[in-house]
Amino acid sequence: MLLRIRRASKTYSGIPALIDADLDLLGGEVHALMGENGAGKSTLIKILAGITAPDSAAIEIHGQTVTLSSPHSAHSHGLRFIHQELQVVRHLSASENIFLGQAYPTRFGFQVRWKQLHQQAEQVLARLGIEHIDPRRTMGHLSPGDQMLVNIAHAFVGDDLEHARALIYVMDEPTAALSEAETAQLFRVIGRLRERGSAVLYVSHRMDEIFTIADRVTVMRDGRVIDTLPISTITPPELIEKMTGRDLQHIYPARTEAPSDQVRLDARGLFTAVVHGATFTVRVGEVVGVAGLNGSGRTELLRAVMGLDRLTAGELWLDAKRLKGHSPSTAWLEGIAYVPEERRSQGLVLSRSVGDNLTLPQLASLSIGGWMLAHGRERQTSQNMGAQVRLKARSPAQTVRELSGGNQQKVVFGRALVQPPRLLLLDEPTRGVDVGAKVDLYQLIREISGHGTGILLVSSDLPELIGMTDRILIMRGGQLAETVSSEGLTSERLLALCYGNMDHVGSKDR
Amino acid sequence: MSAQKIANPQPPFAWGRFLRTFGTLIGFFLIVLFFASQRPATFMSVRNLLNITQQVSILGVVAFVMTVVMVLNDFDLSVGTMASLSGIVIGVLLQAEQPLVVVIIAALVVGMLGGLLNGLLVAYIGITPFVATLATLTIFGGLAFSVSGGRTIFGAVFPDALTEFANGGIPLGTINEQLVRLPHLTIIALVVLVLVWFVLEQTVFGRRLYTIGGSMEAARLAGVRVRWLRLLAFVITGVGAALAGAMLTGQLATANPTLGDGLMLNAIAAVFLGMTMSQEGEPHVLGTLVGVLLIGVLANGFTQLGVDTYIQRILTGTIIIASVTLSSISRRNR
Ligand SMILES: Nc1ncnc2c1ncn2[C@@H]1O[C@H](COP(=O)(O)OP(=O)(O)OP(=O)(O)O)[C@@H](O)[C@H]1O
Ligand SMILES: [Mg+2]
Repeated sequence: MLLRIRRASKTYSGIPALIDADLDLLGGEVHALMGENGAGKSTLIKILAGITAPDSAAIEIHGQTVTLSSPHSAHSHGLRFIHQELQVVRHLSASENIFLGQAYPTRFGFQVRWKQLHQQAEQVLARLGIEHIDPRRTMGHLSPGDQMLVNIAHAFVGDDLEHARALIYVMDEPTAALSEAETAQLFRVIGRLRERGSAVLYVSHRMDEIFTIADRVTVMRDGRVIDTLPISTITPPELIEKMTGRDLQHIYPARTEAPSDQVRLDARGLFTAVVHGATFTVRVGEVVGVAGLNGSGRTELLRAVMGLDRLTAGELWLDAKRLKGHSPSTAWLEGIAYVPEERRSQGLVLSRSVGDNLTLPQLASLSIGGWMLAHGRERQTSQNMGAQVRLKARSPAQTVRELSGGNQQKVVFGRALVQPPRLLLLDEPTRGVDVGAKVDLYQLIREISGHGTGILLVSSDLPELIGMTDRILIMRGGQLAETVSSEGLTSERLLALCYGNMDHVGSKDR
Repeated sequence: MSAQKIANPQPPFAWGRFLRTFGTLIGFFLIVLFFASQRPATFMSVRNLLNITQQVSILGVVAFVMTVVMVLNDFDLSVGTMASLSGIVIGVLLQAEQPLVVVIIAALVVGMLGGLLNGLLVAYIGITPFVATLATLTIFGGLAFSVSGGRTIFGAVFPDALTEFANGGIPLGTINEQLVRLPHLTIIALVVLVLVWFVLEQTVFGRRLYTIGGSMEAARLAGVRVRWLRLLAFVITGVGAALAGAMLTGQLATANPTLGDGLMLNAIAAVFLGMTMSQEGEPHVLGTLVGVLLIGVLANGFTQLGVDTYIQRILTGTIIIASVTLSSISRRNR
């Protein structure tokens, strides 16, 4: 047995986040850790990483009792981590981030050999099958997906994967920001680790991943470990029921009304620094998906509509009114709501309360006379919205930083619906949200589009894209390459369309 | 929002949190107690306490408006020389025999323009506040010298109405056959305090300033007009600094091109002291008030004990470091 945790507990301001959790990791196994948002998964992992001090815990590695008092001591005991939230230094290069906390190659012991550093970084990335990232680039300039890849590479640096001793890898939602191809590559690496006798503790809310890669699964609920069992003895619906106590048959709710013919958003020939031509419409009550590989310009298409990136050419019309002098603040005023891709750097003000974050875009309309805060009304709104997205928080006054990752995401999603928008721009809206809560978010999307909101949905989760949308725009290399109907579309074909692999394209609707 | 089931109904008392929030306040009262025990007759008298409020009123005004920009994670180094410049403007215009009301308004307008310049540099041109306001610090100081010709303006230029007002107060009654007054300057500082508190804590504007301070990018994406609000914040600080300059000049019946220069460091120190009292380490104007009073009490108490002013500075600096250190240590629990 590589790792043995007994009775791990952690309480935050009197509220338990982890209660007497037991967990065993065997060499050569991939062990899935499942549970709803806020169940305590990351808390357990941060205790292992020496980031959070537990109230109590007995931890054995290779049969020896250890205390994990700092990230350094965790590392020296053979634990490697990919944390849920990016742990990067934005103004350093990708290479430096990969080697963070490691010895840099030096000449005479002090002069850093940059060339060698970059080469070694390149090698680490290559081992993970990543070739498109230039390790010299500044971290902050990489897309969130690429930043995650660098984050992952950091976990593997210094340990030769081919001759690795049996290490313990802990991965907290590593694939949330990855494409299918990158996920497949990571799984190949995980497969190799397993062969070498390492143990992998793996957290994900994606059911298909768990059933592809895990050998055993541990389910947590409300801070407790409720069961550990071999994956072969359980089916996905049973697992969902264990996690949520709910029996969820239909993940994607059927749409009730057909979208109307009235055009809500009319985008004509959009060009920005990244988008090279996009003409499309979103009708009232329609859900339009945007698919494409990482870097294909999906996010930038939404940013253009939101007024975040300057249009170098093209026009935006909302309900037959031209949007001029367009900026995020005028966009919200026009009734365009936005859920950005990266919740922590773009979506949330982490130091402020749940309530402040939920009401931020609509603060003026919730206030008295547009300028004086109406605390009661704000609290009411936050409470309603929190309930609708199944937010798990102590109160609207709790600091957002203290919420679990999935619950932070729900705050970003919820605040876009505080005032029913005319147009809703969603960029990876369910990233990190547990299965049960996802179903509720899908239900909300259906409801709001039923009331006439037009929706643009960017997602790397292809089944989600197909299940929720009416049509899908395919972005390739910054261009809107084609538009397909979602009806009868399969994930395989959608992926082929994203690659532009014409052999697989059988679609006639444009 | 579903509240979590609370397993242990009596949460253990969080000492770290308590110290973090109230440490500075407790320290403040300990210091007051210390001086009270050393100089029981003079220090704790109503007269002296009111005196202290008058002594800190000018620093208070600067520190309160400094809080506004510091909420944004910015700061304004030019407040001190702006106060000096404002005083010079008053002196020069009074020499030119302009009516007092016009003179005061002109000084405030100068403050507004200075704040506007700071705001444009920081928010629209994108220069870091440190560099931008360091530059305007020099500019305002230079202007104060060139407008006044480097001279100190004093004496009969200043109408009695101004100096009497600035040194007077509202009679509260007599204690031990001595008349005690609530100083006018204290009242002005209190009005500024209430205004800043209201703006920061009770308005949409203030809430947005705090969110910008938390994350500029997230605020912008949520529709906050970051640049415009930053500009306005600097304007508020500029006007406040000019007001402080007017108070100073009125009180001393003197305008001197370096009169207000020393205000800046103490104002920033006061805001930092206040920040130690908030959970997330954000500036709040009531915290700033405690910081201002702490600095004022130290100055007054040390003077009564006959401590040399240079030693006073060393002690005050040490106490500030101690307070900020304690708060960051208690914040370090995992
Ligand atoms: N620093 C903190 N202060 C207060 N409460 C915290 C803190 N960190 C975590 N919590 C609480 O602990 C509980 C467990 O959080 P944790 O991050 O472990 O959840 P999780 O299972 O990883 O969820 P997710 O799937 O959303 O990532 C949550 O209710 C969360 O609000
Ligand atoms: Mg988590």
